[in-house]
Amino acid sequence: MTVPTLSAPLQAAPPGPRFTPRATTVLYAVLLALALLMPLQNAIYLVFLMKILCFALFACAFNLLLGYAGLLSFGHAAFFGSAAYATAHVCKALGYGPATGILIGVAVSTAIGFVIGCIAIRRQGIYFAMVTLALAQLLYFVAIQIPLTGGEDGIQNVPRGVLFGLVDLSNDTAMYYVVLAVFVGGFALVNRTIHSPFGAVLQAIRENEPRAVSLGYDVNRFKLLVFVLSAALSGLAGSTKAVVFQLASLADVHWHGSGEVVLMTLLGGVGTVLGPVVGATVVVVLQTLLASAGSWATVVVGLVFMTCVLLFRRGLVGELAPLFRRKARPRR
Amino acid sequence: MNALLSMSPQSMAAQLLIGLINGSFYALLSLGLAIIFGLLNIINFAHGALYMLGAFVAWIGLTQVGPWIGIPDFALNYWVALIVAPLVVAAFSVLIERTMLRRLYQLDHLYGLLFTFGLALVLEGLFTHWYGAAGQSYNVPAALTGPVRIEALGIVLPKYRLWVVVASLVVCFGTWWTIERTKLGAYLRAGTENPKLLKAFGVNVPLMIMLTYAYGVFLAGFAGVLAAPIFQVSPLMGSNLIIVVFAVVVIGGMGSIGGSILTGLGLGLIEGLSKVVYPEASAVVIFVIMAIVLMIKPAGLFGKEA
Repeated sequence: MTVPTLSAPLQAAPPGPRFTPRATTVLYAVLLALALLMPLQNAIYLVFLMKILCFALFACAFNLLLGYAGLLSFGHAAFFGSAAYATAHVCKALGYGPATGILIGVAVSTAIGFVIGCIAIRRQGIYFAMVTLALAQLLYFVAIQIPLTGGEDGIQNVPRGVLFGLVDLSNDTAMYYVVLAVFVGGFALVNRTIHSPFGAVLQAIRENEPRAVSLGYDVNRFKLLVFVLSAALSGLAGSTKAVVFQLASLADVHWHGSGEVVLMTLLGGVGTVLGPVVGATVVVVLQTLLASAGSWATVVVGLVFMTCVLLFRRGLVGELAPLFRRKARPRR
Repeated sequence: MNALLSMSPQSMAAQLLIGLINGSFYALLSLGLAIIFGLLNIINFAHGALYMLGAFVAWIGLTQVGPWIGIPDFALNYWVALIVAPLVVAAFSVLIERTMLRRLYQLDHLYGLLFTFGLALVLEGLFTHWYGAAGQSYNVPAALTGPVRIEALGIVLPKYRLWVVVASLVVCFGTWWTIERTKLGAYLRAGTENPKLLKAFGVNVPLMIMLTYAYGVFLAGFAGVLAAPIFQVSPLMGSNLIIVVFAVVVIGGMGSIGGSILTGLGLGLIEGLSKVVYPEASAVVIFVIMAIVLMIKPAGLFGKEA
């Protein structure tokens, strides 16, 4: 065997031509229209869709870090969970509205992201993953011990409240549109980041870090910035989840959560824009189907992980998208 | 600090021993991780699950195998299990390496981590399904029950715990000696430095990689059997341990075999001491040390800057 090259990139951006901008716009418009029409049907619970949207945003935030900066964080549940706790505490114990709650949740996860980021970016690759995992575990133990989090019970019955004093969120349809707005906002921000000059530098760092350094980029500053951004968006997902489910618990900060978001991204397609959304949908559906199967759920998740790594490392979107493109654009 | 000074030698020794026992497990596991990483470039996330598997194989050998094969009185006793269980776990890992892990060597290290993470989940889920999340108890073998009295210090220690420390120290030292002082170890170190060149000299590198993985996993299985009588044998015993071991590996740096042994033992002791001084912090002290070490010496105490 050979030693892999210095920073062999994760198989990310699929080769071949991109969708035309117009096709992409049409695709997004159709998806958004479908999402907007969802409250009109009765087949799928809105709460279930909100769960998918929260985890899809979480996975998009994670993908920004792994897919575009090449940083595998194994501790993203720390941001998701700490924001959920902060929001739940602010809304329940302090009695503030959901907007304030979510804002403070994001602020907390951003701050924690800054601290963990500062420490973790001192190592690369595999060590980065281990460091983030260990620091997230540190936060998990803190969450177990401090009284604010409610220990094993978590913070339950968080009031959804009234958004801006106008929209009553105890109504599922209103809540759904708010979650959808949060998701679309987060998704747009991630999308904008990816296609900005900042995103281009991130991809340069992912492909070849020493070269990015030699070109004069302050690599660590870029890494820290994207890490904090990813933590903030993960926090946004966690805060929203806490409001929707009126619950923040230890499961939110557990390393299983960190593993799940890795799986969603990997399954959907690392470094693809829509991959994390697809992956999150599949994983949430899978979990719901397997909810009664107990520990088999863990086995299935593990098997999906192994299969993904062995057989389709580009994920569902990464593997399937080129097929569509070839059909859409026959060679001359 | 007052708690430290006002302690009786008896309870002090007990805490230190507990620390040393945890340290022994950290050392055995981080040693295995370091050996595997050196040659395979893979961080074995399944190490904790394989440690759990070792404990379970020993427990199954003691309590379940007899009825399975129709001879209720038949049981693999502790001493047999100490060799057989790690071998079973190692054989399982060879199967995994041959069929699946092998395909990942050319890829980014992260894929190895993700694959073994999936493997760990599968093992954990299967054993939770079969035996439940609650722990099974494993009796301490008759020869090692009872206390040891050290008259000079006026302290009494459980015999089995002392045995765990001695056994793992012997195994760790044996491994260090083999790698650093024998010809076999020289091959291994050469393979870590430059596998292509070693291959050109006619050494069967793929076989060596397989055996290295098997030995690293053997150490995890061995630690599992040692742990069985102390901790409850449960499907989740490995996953919490492995995260701490990861922190130990980051603190020590994986460059040095002796370094990972020393770091493991040392951190176990520090953790034991922190239980005396400030018990609330004992669960997190290793992670905090990791953060501090990263700020001061990012490559780890014994690591080389890559």
